[in-house]
Amino acid sequence: FTRRKLDDAALEELEDLLIAADLGPNVAARVIESFRSSRFGTEVTDEEIRTALATEIARVLEPVAVPFVPDPNLKPHVALVVGVNGNGKTTTIGKMARFYGEQGLKVMMVAGDTFRAAAVEQLQVWGQRVGAPVIAGPPNADAAGLAFDALKRARAEGADLLLIDTAGRLHNKGALMEELAKIIRVMRKFDETAPHSVLLVLDATTGQNAIEQVRVFKELVNVTGLIVTKLDGSARGGIVVALADTFGLPVHAVGVGEQAEDLRPFSAEAFANGLVGPSIRLSSPEGGEKTEGEGDPA
Amino acid sequence: MFEALSGKLSGVFDGLAKRGALSEADVAEAMREVRLAMLDADVALSVVKDFVNKVRERAVGHEVLDSISPGQAVAKIVNDALIDALGGAGAVPLNLNAVPPVPILMVGLQGSGKTTTSGKIALRLATRERKKVLLASLDTQRPAAQLQLQQLAERAGVPSLPIVPGQTPVEIARRAMDTGRREGFDVVILDTAGRLSIDEALMNEVREIRAETSPAETLLVVDAMTGQDAVNTARAFNEAVGVTGVVMTRMDGDARGGAALSMRAVTGAPIKLTGSGEKLDALEEFHPERVAGRILGL
Ligand SMILES: Nc1nc2c(ncn2[C@@H]2O[C@H](COP(=O)(O)OP(=O)(O)OP(=O)(O)O)[C@@H](O)[C@H]2O)c(=O)[nH]1
Ligand SMILES: Nc1nc2c(ncn2[C@@H]2O[C@H](COP(=O)(O)OP(=O)(O)OP(=O)(O)O)[C@@H](O)[C@H]2O)c(=O)[nH]1
Ligand SMILES: [K+]
Ligand SMILES: [Mg+2]
Ligand SMILES: [Mg+2]
Repeated sequence: FTRRKLDDAALEELEDLLIAADLGPNVAARVIESFRSSRFGTEVTDEEIRTALATEIARVLEPVAVPFVPDPNLKPHVALVVGVNGNGKTTTIGKMARFYGEQGLKVMMVAGDTFRAAAVEQLQVWGQRVGAPVIAGPPNADAAGLAFDALKRARAEGADLLLIDTAGRLHNKGALMEELAKIIRVMRKFDETAPHSVLLVLDATTGQNAIEQVRVFKELVNVTGLIVTKLDGSARGGIVVALADTFGLPVHAVGVGEQAEDLRPFSAEAFANGLVGPSIRLSSPEGGEKTEGEGDPA
Repeated sequence: MFEALSGKLSGVFDGLAKRGALSEADVAEAMREVRLAMLDADVALSVVKDFVNKVRERAVGHEVLDSISPGQAVAKIVNDALIDALGGAGAVPLNLNAVPPVPILMVGLQGSGKTTTSGKIALRLATRERKKVLLASLDTQRPAAQLQLQQLAERAGVPSLPIVPGQTPVEIARRAMDTGRREGFDVVILDTAGRLSIDEALMNEVREIRAETSPAETLLVVDAMTGQDAVNTARAFNEAVGVTGVVMTRMDGDARGGAALSMRAVTGAPIKLTGSGEKLDALEEFHPERVAGRILGL
């Protein structure tokens, strides 16, 4: 197999690969800088580069790889699920209901998106799929009032986990963000510790705007953790590295498909490997095609 | 109008002669700033590189007159080139030049805004152009997707194809076109399920739908927050179904929308419409000059 010197040109190529994976130009530059200081000038194979770069990225992600564990002392543990439009909130709630239901927890869901067309019915289909009850109100019901009633009912019925769906909203819409804050305020009239988690769902195809999304949601509704969806596609989700670097918020899980079982705990190593992926391949110095190293996992 | 960028670029030119032709070195320095601004706006890296190379050629040797600074001169060259690359000044209307019922096929990734945009286009054609429009959901994947479109159709005051459970998307497409012919519709909007560009089975399905219906417009619906993956999506959908127009949704957010340039560069298809909200009237013509300013951070 071919070895090649890790020089400026090679490092620039790696930086480009990171930018193309959505790390953003600044974070990509920083990762490459610390990579440079340890490896510059050494002779490397593609495989070694892949491993070393993945290790470097996994190091940034390690501290945020924290699973979501409902507190067994809470009846119920209340999780409010928020995020911009269409990123996978409702689907993720369905998946979570299945996941924690299979662990023996009594899970209930709340159809808190009273705004979008057929959002309630969408969650109700998920409820049938995964065998968990869905609490819904009349069309256009007040989401905060619904959440309040649902919490009361979940407590009375001894639920372990209450997952509250909310309508998608862009973080720059003040009135819609205020509605979320109101849901929290009203729930606290019943239980001043609720919600115990505020989960922000992010779509892996999102670019640099994800940073602003996290910043604003965190500031206005005190996000406690992230879930990243649609990692089964061609997007590499590099923005998660920038987010880990900037906010250090836990990343609990990733979505890898549209079915109920397509939810995985977030693993720093697996994510970093997927990110540098089999496409990390330095073009040979002559610019021609080159042979892959033995035992290449690609 | 170019203040932010030209301010940035003026910094680059500080200490340079205030007149004469722009040298290669001056321009190279300015292009580094332009590259960063575009990457921060999520323009795909390959598209940024092509763009910067073209603009560099235009700028080198450009005469700077007394009246403007070199920074302003380069900012204007960049801005003009970007408007050009986004499709010039004029908005391109939907092409309805076909034998009625004219099919419009909506495609894109999961959650990009296809169903909502279908409702918006139906409302617009029905009210502004007095067209008789039929909305048909071919989405047999997402829970309650067909119901979602039916409810949007009711809000828009436009008929929707009756839901028949158990039919495949191709069968629904055929029934929609038959109904369109039989009942004298002008336009039939075919909303499809979201799909990943790497999902072979579902990409084949959308090919079949296209072969069955020969749409006059195949609109790729894209989220304005999309990152670097925009090029993969654009290429895959364009190769599979031949994109005739792009719709950028969620322009009401604060993403800088660089995906617009990536889409345009890869598909060659014009960006025809933009979504600026969740309501059915939040649909606008695409204005290249506004989006150019947004990408450059003006
Ligand atoms: N491929 C893939 N698709 C997903 C994933 N998660 C969600 N989706 C799809 O993304 C689309 C949007 O998902 P929803 O759950 O409706 O998203 P949402 O955030 O609730 O949307 P709004 O309520 O409209 O804001 C649906 O077609 C889902 O099937 C994932 O991990 N992978
Ligand atoms: N703010 C804003 N929201 C939008 C816009 N267009 C669509 N949405 C919202 O985005 C979410 C997803 O829209 P859908 O129309 O269901 O997306 P889709 O592409 O049909 O989704 P799938 O069928 O699951 O692939 C919904 O919450 C819509 O209300 C827009 O221009 N601005
Ligand atoms: K992905
Ligand atoms: Mg939802
Ligand atoms: Mg849809």
